Amino acid sequence: MAFNLDSKIPEGPLADKWTKHRFDMKLVNPANKRKFNVIVVGSGLAGASAAASLSELGYNVDCFCFQDSPRRAHSIAAQGGINAAKNYPNDGDSVRRLFYDTIKGGDYRSREANVYRLAEVSNSIIDQCVAQGVPFARDYGGLLDNRSFGGAQVSRTFYARGQTGQQLLIGAYQALSKEIGKGSVTMHTRTEMLDVVTVDGKAKGIITRDLVSGEIKRHAGDAVLLCTGGYGNVFYLSTNAMGSNVTAAFRAHKKGAGFANPCYTQIHPTCIPVSSEHQSKLTLMSESLRNDGRVWVPKKKGDDRPPSDIPEGERDYYLERRYPSFGNLVPRDVASRAAKERCDEGFGVGESGLAVYLDFADAISRLGEDTIRARYGNLFQMYEKIAAENPYKTPMRIFPAVHYTMGGLWVDYNLQTTVPGLFALGECNFSDHGANRLGASALMQGLADGYFVAPYTVSNYLGEHGEMDAAKKVTTAHPAFDEAEAAVIARTERLLAVNGKQSIDSFHKRLGLIMWDNCGMGRTKETLTKALEEIPKLREEFWSDVRIPGGDKEFNAEVEKANRVADFLEFAETMCLDALTREESCGGHFREEHQSGEGEAQRDDENYAHAAVWEYTGEGNRPELSMEQLEFENVMLTTRSYK
Amino acid sequence: MKITLHAWRQKDANSPGGMQTREVDGISKDMSFLEMLDKVNEDIINEGGEPIAFDHDCREGICGTCSMMINGQAHGPDGGTTTCQLHMRSFQDGDAIHIEPWRSRAFPVVRDLVVDRSSFDRIVQAGGFVSANTGGCQDANSQLVPKVSSDLAMDAAACIGCGACVASCPNGSAMLFVAAKIGHLANLPQGQPERYSRARSMVKQMDAEGFGACSNHYECEASCPKDIPVTFISDMNRDVLKASTCHSDK
Repeated sequence: MAFNLDSKIPEGPLADKWTKHRFDMKLVNPANKRKFNVIVVGSGLAGASAAASLSELGYNVDCFCFQDSPRRAHSIAAQGGINAAKNYPNDGDSVRRLFYDTIKGGDYRSREANVYRLAEVSNSIIDQCVAQGVPFARDYGGLLDNRSFGGAQVSRTFYARGQTGQQLLIGAYQALSKEIGKGSVTMHTRTEMLDVVTVDGKAKGIITRDLVSGEIKRHAGDAVLLCTGGYGNVFYLSTNAMGSNVTAAFRAHKKGAGFANPCYTQIHPTCIPVSSEHQSKLTLMSESLRNDGRVWVPKKKGDDRPPSDIPEGERDYYLERRYPSFGNLVPRDVASRAAKERCDEGFGVGESGLAVYLDFADAISRLGEDTIRARYGNLFQMYEKIAAENPYKTPMRIFPAVHYTMGGLWVDYNLQTTVPGLFALGECNFSDHGANRLGASALMQGLADGYFVAPYTVSNYLGEHGEMDAAKKVTTAHPAFDEAEAAVIARTERLLAVNGKQSIDSFHKRLGLIMWDNCGMGRTKETLTKALEEIPKLREEFWSDVRIPGGDKEFNAEVEKANRVADFLEFAETMCLDALTREESCGGHFREEHQSGEGEAQRDDENYAHAAVWEYTGEGNRPELSMEQLEFENVMLTTRSYK
Repeated sequence: MKITLHAWRQKDANSPGGMQTREVDGISKDMSFLEMLDKVNEDIINEGGEPIAFDHDCREGICGTCSMMINGQAHGPDGGTTTCQLHMRSFQDGDAIHIEPWRSRAFPVVRDLVVDRSSFDRIVQAGGFVSANTGGCQDANSQLVPKVSSDLAMDAAACIGCGACVASCPNGSAMLFVAAKIGHLANLPQGQPERYSRARSMVKQMDAEGFGACSNHYECEASCPKDIPVTFISDMNRDVLKASTCHSDK
């Protein structure tokens, strides 16, 4: 059964849609708001901001996170900044330009109306954060400072040293704490969602596991918001936190939520290269570094002289050479592919040859070491700790790594998935970044969804469909909860019963390699077909030979991992299938068969200007494909050029 | 490298715990400390045992999840470093390494090296925020903030809430953590309206959670992975004093 993908984009001119929609949406009167319970899963930027804002409105909110505190969600690791169309530097920015840059940066694979709304509310986010006490960088006059990020020719990025994500998350966490203190939000830490409960097709609650006691619990709600982040850890090695996973989104997918564009993965160009087989994660070096750092490789293949011994004339600043107008600040997908191309051709540096230089010598001689330290001190320190080299003296060695996933649960303009009452916010949804996200836009989207979109659209849903009569509300005694809980317990029992020989991590690493080699920066029909043969075999091996030490009625990180890796093993197949089906290159999805003579991505707008939405049809079965055609009324589809 | 690892093992909060010793081989100097523990756990699992439980998540020094005493020092021997950023190159071949959970009455052990730090969250819930609801805020640039104030606020706001300050303090005091939150907001104009009530409520909650008092050992500053200075504690004490004598706001 194909999905009915009604995007519910409001009528009217682009710039008026959100205003008009806010007027048309249903409201819930203040006295009635307390009759509704809203479940928010995840406490990152999207989750914490949504939970706090909905609670401020008067709803009862239950918020869940698997970490020991909501302050630790992975939004915290974002370094560089957050975009907004304030135009404080007077350099030509506007809502329209931020909208246009985001659509173009996403390689024309996002929805115009959503992106426009994102640009529109971006300014309110900055106002909100400043009011909360987020210590953004300021100039000597006391005004807010901006810097530049990739894919833009204006300075619109607000930042707090190299810890913007942390400061924004602390802002949202403080707002959330304020509501927890009042008793209006009940916070459930160290708790993982393992299923969505639906009644008559509508989301009515969730099943969770208490990660300390192992207890399985039921929670009923009038709406469920998934703010559970991205699935980059399907590659095992990524810049995501160790605990980041696809489980909540995938379990929702199994319960009927369409999964859109799972193949859109962002490979970030500037990460510290892999150094050993024991590596557990990759560390990002913020894109903001490309404001002052220049990327280069030696002009001579296999040149193994130390970088300082390579004279200027023998260096290839390949981004400046290929893209003179954007230079080192081309979007992430373009920069990553260019690095891969140089390394594949044998120009890479470092022991493995899988790295390029990011050099600050010019900026240091122009601005002085102190200025560079003030701008990027904590990043340089982080680099030195990991690589044991001083980046003030020696260029950084960097290489692309999996960072963000643009794909996610399909949502309409109201951020509602194909399951009524089930919403997806932030990285968990698919809607705003198309096939490639611009730097400093993830924080913007997470907070836009949580502070300024969901409070309206969730109210609209509750105003229209919410049950106010307590006697008629679905409770946890409903048979749908029995069924969902039993399924969760059975699955864990099945995992524990395998009692095999190989560790969970060993399977996760093998899956990661399959994905990186076959569905990574470059993909072909051949590699994807190969992955689609290998993944089911690995999954079968997992279910017959995985070893989970200990039991499930206790604190046991291996049980958590087993559940997550089992989901990745299923989800990976959908990703590869999506990549195989999309016979074009766009943004982060680079099908090597589809490139121009100069190695740039070649889109096929006639056949693929759509969101590919997959419907779950059972384990091992081919998911069914539905499409949402993307209509472009305000921008012309052109070949992206950053030359 | 070879090391001898002595790790604290404790099944849950109510069971007694103890150190367990294990010889570990095949460690590379480029491994992070947690990657060394990953390897140890992989070995334990392959032998049919139960791995050592420890908290960790971002592994890039910002989420504040990782938390262990390494040879008696919170986050190990390197300054300004979280456990996850510590590398085995900081140790010598043949070293004995002792790892224990954070030590504080206010941080009960959950399992092995994992502790419960929810007391920190409750201190923030008691007042560590600005009561600005979503929406209706004035333009971000309508209020000027001197760069020195904003930088000072940022120095305090760099706190990652890991709890190393408490674990290192002979009194189990949380003063540096609380002072960092108070100092962050007290140095910004947005934090002024609730400045004194905030200081009072947070300190009250801190005491209720069973954290000790400060007696100027400064172990907290030495172990803080974000190098937060103890001067924020003096600032906090001044605010608390003012709050108790001159300010009658709630």
